[in-house]
Amino acid sequence: MTHDALTGGFSDAPTQSARAFRAILDALSRPGTIVTVTGATPPAPLSQAAGLVLLTLADGTTPVHLAGAADTPAVRDWITFHTGAPLVAAAQATFALGTWDALAPHDRFAIGTPEYPDRAATLIVELPSLSSRGPQLSGPGIRDRATLSLPETAAFKANHALFPLGFDCILTAGNRLAGLPRSTKVESA
Amino acid sequence: MTDQSYNFAYLDEQTKRMIRRAILKGVAVPGYQVPFASREMPMPYGWGTGGVQVTAACLVPEDVLKVIDQGADDTTNAVSIRKFFQRTAGVATTEATAEATVIQTRHRIPEQALTAGQILVYQVPIPEPLRFLEPRETETRKMHSLEEYGLMHVKLYEDIARHGSIATAYAYPVRVEGRYVMDPSPIPKFDNPKLSDSPALQLFGAGREQRIYALPPFTRVVSLDFDDHPFDPSKAPHDCDLCGAAESYLDEVITDDAGSRMFVCSDTDFCRSRREAGHVGRLGETAGGGA
Amino acid sequence: MYVAVKGGERAIDNAHAFLAEERRGDPAVAELSTAQIREQLRLSVNRVMAEGSLYDPDLAALAIKQARGDLIEAVFLLRAYRTTLPRFGASRPVETARMACTRRISATFKDAPGGQILGPTFDYTHRLLDFKLAAEGALPPAAPTAPVPTSDLPHITGFLNRDGLIQSETAYDDIPPDLTREPMELPASRALRLQALTRGDEGFILSLAYSTQRGYGRTHAFVGELRIGTVAVEMDIPELGFAVEIGEVELTECETVNQFAGSKTEPPQFTRGYGLTFGQTERKAIAMSLVDRALRWKELGEDDSGAPAQDEEFVLMHADNVQATGFLEHIKLPHYVDFQSELELIRKLRAEALTAIGAARQEAAE
Repeated sequence: MTHDALTGGFSDAPTQSARAFRAILDALSRPGTIVTVTGATPPAPLSQAAGLVLLTLADGTTPVHLAGAADTPAVRDWITFHTGAPLVAAAQATFALGTWDALAPHDRFAIGTPEYPDRAATLIVELPSLSSRGPQLSGPGIRDRATLSLPETAAFKANHALFPLGFDCILTAGNRLAGLPRSTKVESA
Repeated sequence: MTDQSYNFAYLDEQTKRMIRRAILKGVAVPGYQVPFASREMPMPYGWGTGGVQVTAACLVPEDVLKVIDQGADDTTNAVSIRKFFQRTAGVATTEATAEATVIQTRHRIPEQALTAGQILVYQVPIPEPLRFLEPRETETRKMHSLEEYGLMHVKLYEDIARHGSIATAYAYPVRVEGRYVMDPSPIPKFDNPKLSDSPALQLFGAGREQRIYALPPFTRVVSLDFDDHPFDPSKAPHDCDLCGAAESYLDEVITDDAGSRMFVCSDTDFCRSRREAGHVGRLGETAGGGA
Repeated sequence: MYVAVKGGERAIDNAHAFLAEERRGDPAVAELSTAQIREQLRLSVNRVMAEGSLYDPDLAALAIKQARGDLIEAVFLLRAYRTTLPRFGASRPVETARMACTRRISATFKDAPGGQILGPTFDYTHRLLDFKLAAEGALPPAAPTAPVPTSDLPHITGFLNRDGLIQSETAYDDIPPDLTREPMELPASRALRLQALTRGDEGFILSLAYSTQRGYGRTHAFVGELRIGTVAVEMDIPELGFAVEIGEVELTECETVNQFAGSKTEPPQFTRGYGLTFGQTERKAIAMSLVDRALRWKELGEDDSGAPAQDEEFVLMHADNVQATGFLEHIKLPHYVDFQSELELIRKLRAEALTAIGAARQEAAE
């Protein structure tokens, strides 16, 4: 295990995780809203925001999948040390982390079952940047319309069509994040 | 002052993570009841353990918390829960709806319109709207998955056949975004319209029944009804006797042995702020004058 | 003049002070120590530990003292404390064949290797109030002792199993579910059912078991064996690479031998019910084994007779006395708002009904 694995976590978990959760909650309950977060310094290539989401939500009961370039020994050690989450293949993951392309094909993640739609994966999608320029969003959490710089529209449309099944996304870039639950309708701008 | 012998907001971090994950899935599937491993809290089941766990998982040190029961800030259980969070989370508290960032409630939605950024946490006794029609969880879960809500309509229709109108006055079932039928907790049906398109986030916690569900802001919530028997959010046909409000939900108070009655706002903060602003009801002048 | 009720906080503080005073009772009477409760009200302590799912006689005694002897309240105190404890790991399964038994009886065989041990039981006491106990100070004469058995006591059902006369249970290494950490999911595995039963309310489990004996899901149970004693608790320590004993607990284990199942292809075999509880809690352990057996109807190819004890969802959802007490007692909390909404509705419905009746009468009179 590298020395870096031991650093970059919460120094005061109860309050830092509480603030981080509120930011994530705000983002997921108001799709299109971009929030700024602090508190995690994960190893490259993870963004601060992606690291923070894992520190806040992952633990020994939530298998994590690392896709593509995110799957490095340093990242693995860091997640294992700070969260205890088992690292698994895509289909078993509660959380999956990587760039949008690395996460493809996106239909390999858990979408829940008709009786338990909550048993669906949350994808932590690393983006180079995050802005409110992009496809149109509508649905719960959104007054009229919102826009967000999504990497594409087709996959999100297909995911929304599965509602109440489907995966949910937390989009991360640097120290900013946005939420895109399966309930959001996505249309090209 | 925060009690140092317990973690911030009482719950341990692992429990909070579990609850937080359930809340996020609830937000992603509005109106769907997410099972969660409700913990045994230091207060009895049925007294708000679900709401308390949801509030505990949401609170940050900067929050301003309001707790109401039956609309009032000073009912004993509201006092008890507020004290619990003062002690374990050290958060500021308020009675003013507008000042609160998190409001935990039992049986009411505040009269004053909620705003973006506020979270309303409901205490829920029986989260399953179909429970009294079908007591088995294994059956109701199937009915939700198949969107099979005919039984509920039959029940409402039987009410109409027997009584001439729908005989449900509180915990009146709603449909969320055209998908899940949801129990709004035992709020009077008068409050139902406030569920829909609220700028605030609404979270529902049922501790004993181990369920969490959510209404994100601006979610479409429709009270079930029929074309020829539209939903009627009625209330007592009176004004508040203290502040004169015509559009607030009222408590009926028996004032003497002869059975005289008066009607007062159930939302104590709403009533107080109206009286402070100079509004006076039928009996309010005497009350305010201290005669 | 009307003044809204205020001062909930002061009322609560005063009620708590009153409660503390009542708990102590007459100060002229010596205060009860938790050690006295632990030693002299041991069966209360055992019940609180069993239903509290926490093996700690001192804490259970404290809970009983704090709860003024209300055992369900004491269970609640212990459970609320238990939830806050960190989990360091799980023990290995306890080996009840290696139990140091203080009591061990079988209703199916007159004698068996290891013998019958009556132990400290009420069974053959005549239930006559012993007024000598009302006078304090006298120690009972010492009970005769017997040498502690040196070898393991084999399970009675093992003898039946050897001849294929009783269905054998398949061992498995899965980590059993834990309903205190995961929400209950139905249908439940047997392991989950047993957990719910062992921490379920003794009265509820007892009544269900009794109902099966009276014909509501009858399973013809014999107590194959009831044993009470202490077993070692061992835990694997990964750093050491082996298991170490971390303590011992007193348990009651009951195995029932029940009516046989069989078919044209399978020769008949006896079936089993199982009960395992903390402490000497034999009424609970026996009742648990009967309810366990009744709940196994599906797996053993029996008919659903519609008996309450066969209904897994009914049994599991209503066995917990802390849940039941909380929800039952919550109806004393204020419900002005929902009551008011019903009041308005019933006034409206009555007014409409009376108008309709009046109109009908008028019509009939015309």
